Amino acid sequence: MKGFFAFVRKEFLHIFRDRRTLLVLVGLPVMLIVLFGFAISTEIRNVNIGVCVPDQDITVTRLVDKIDRSAYFTFKGWYSSPEDVDEAMRRGDIDAALMFGEDFSSSMLDADGAEVSIVTDAVNPNNASMEVMYLTNIIYGYFCEDMQSYTDGAAIVPNLKMLYNPQLKSSYNFVPGIMGLILLLVCALMTSVSIVKEKETGTMEVLLVSPVKPIGIVFAKMIPYFVISCVVLIITLLLTIFVLKVPVEGSFFWMILVSMLYIVLSLGIGLFVSSIVKTQIIATLIIGMVFLVPVMMMSGMLYPIESMPYVFQLIAQVIPAKWYIEAIRKIMIEGVPFVFVLKETGVLLAMTVVIFTAAVKKFNDRIE
Amino acid sequence: MDIMDSIRVQRLRKGYGRGLPPAVDITDGFSVSGGELFGIIGPDGAGKTTLFRLLTTLISPDEGDATVQGLDIIKDYRKLRTIIGYMPGRFSLYPDLSVKENLDFFASVFGTSIEENYHLIEDIYCRLEPFADRKAGNLSGGMKQKLALCCTLIHSPQVLFLDEPTTGVDPSSRREFWETLARLKDTGMTIVVSTAYMDEANRCDRVAMMKAGCFLEVDSPRNIVEGFDRRLIAVRSDDMFRLLQDLRSIEDVGKCYTFGDTHHIVLKENAVCTPEDISCILSGKYGHTGVEAVEQPATLEDCYMNLDG
Repeated sequence: MKGFFAFVRKEFLHIFRDRRTLLVLVGLPVMLIVLFGFAISTEIRNVNIGVCVPDQDITVTRLVDKIDRSAYFTFKGWYSSPEDVDEAMRRGDIDAALMFGEDFSSSMLDADGAEVSIVTDAVNPNNASMEVMYLTNIIYGYFCEDMQSYTDGAAIVPNLKMLYNPQLKSSYNFVPGIMGLILLLVCALMTSVSIVKEKETGTMEVLLVSPVKPIGIVFAKMIPYFVISCVVLIITLLLTIFVLKVPVEGSFFWMILVSMLYIVLSLGIGLFVSSIVKTQIIATLIIGMVFLVPVMMMSGMLYPIESMPYVFQLIAQVIPAKWYIEAIRKIMIEGVPFVFVLKETGVLLAMTVVIFTAAVKKFNDRIE
Repeated sequence: MDIMDSIRVQRLRKGYGRGLPPAVDITDGFSVSGGELFGIIGPDGAGKTTLFRLLTTLISPDEGDATVQGLDIIKDYRKLRTIIGYMPGRFSLYPDLSVKENLDFFASVFGTSIEENYHLIEDIYCRLEPFADRKAGNLSGGMKQKLALCCTLIHSPQVLFLDEPTTGVDPSSRREFWETLARLKDTGMTIVVSTAYMDEANRCDRVAMMKAGCFLEVDSPRNIVEGFDRRLIAVRSDDMFRLLQDLRSIEDVGKCYTFGDTHHIVLKENAVCTPEDISCILSGKYGHTGVEAVEQPATLEDCYMNLDG
């Protein structure tokens, strides 16, 4: 046991001596959170909008005013014909336009209803669909509150409400993804590299010829990285809550617990990789290519899994981060009780057991 | 323990991959008795490191039967690892830890402390003590080897395996290193050491000459030298480079190689020519000037050079 603690102490020394790596490990989550939270956002802001209306009236003016006041759109001007709108869009003056039909206000009370079309510059399809969604939302909202005030609520306006993320803030979506990514990076990459480093420099040879059980050597390596991961987790959560202002709706306790389970799972992945490779470069490549890229692409962090081809949806099922991100989204953003994430937790637990069994089985206490 | 052999190898074979000759293929068997200083010499790629790794249980043999301190290297490898010390040829300590931290770590790993076995490492460690807080990575080559030896010795192993411990170390450090080994041997420790330096091999009780995975000869350095049954002539001339080629074309010369600033030639088994004959041929037939040829007793290096001949 004394030998084991000597190992843990040594690992901590390694980590603290290597200031730069430590800085990267702690700085990375901060950077990613800021990056995803502010810079890379799929939110739309200050979209220039033009309006084409045959005959202006108070309803249209107020609607346009409401759109202009929202943070998402900036009103650019009135256009008299669809051709003008088209030209303005080509020039890049406007990104989206609202085209009102003839006699908009009066026909609102008709049986057929009034007509307004939304035209967007779909060069960037993501933005275009976002703009359409936002505009629709504002228009619905406008009629919802406005019409009721001067009709008898006769006009039935479909109500479209965004659940859980009413402002459609993208940081809500990214935070669990970033947590899934960073924890995997710190745990899996760092443990596997540090174990393989001992093989590469030849210290493993010396360590193996000692009374310490070889598997103890690698478990001793996991402890410091577990601690660092927990610190990273706390930093990420603090940033999320206080800087990105994403509220934690559900139980804090379960969120931490599920995260810890994920940390242990990631450590297991690191251990497994280190037991099958011999050099640090290969370990880095494997973790990067086989684990990190799928986490980015296929865990539902950037793109929704539901819209992927069926095969990729199947692959997504075996990506630990997918389950972790789902669980954290549920707890953190939806705020559901733990019972609803039992499935995700169960899957993560099963994966942990499998990967550790495989790693320990694969672990070689010789150097062949 | 002293009556019993410390290391006993019946046969041992280990190959890496199909199609390649085995790295170690010992069929005759050998043994090292307790408290012996046993040297292994052989060219690069002879299988020395593989042999060390086999004996220190780091790799398992394809087939073989060997014991160290009565423990089987395959079955009892766990127990065996607690009583042996192994110092690999490459510097294998933590460069980012200080001298003292390295030593402390290895002591703790073996469940002991620096104080407990200080007597074993005292004479080496006192040299290192002024640098106790220096990072191991910043030590000089000789210092690194001393530290590595300290770390290997700290748990007072019964058998010590040193794989080319003095490669890349300056001559005075090498001498100190061997003096330390001699002292350790006096405490009854069995030491197996591989080396590329013949002067070091001379200090061993017995040496094994290894080539292509096999032991060609295992004996004391003196016996090996005495057992050299050919006549050996040292030759020198003004054009040493051409001399080597010309010597090789002389009928009676079996083997010819550079030895320090002379060329040594080993005569064929039934050759009768004298040093004078050789110098006559050289200056007469080949036109060499300043030819000197002297018959000399063989050294360990000569025996080593003539292993297969």
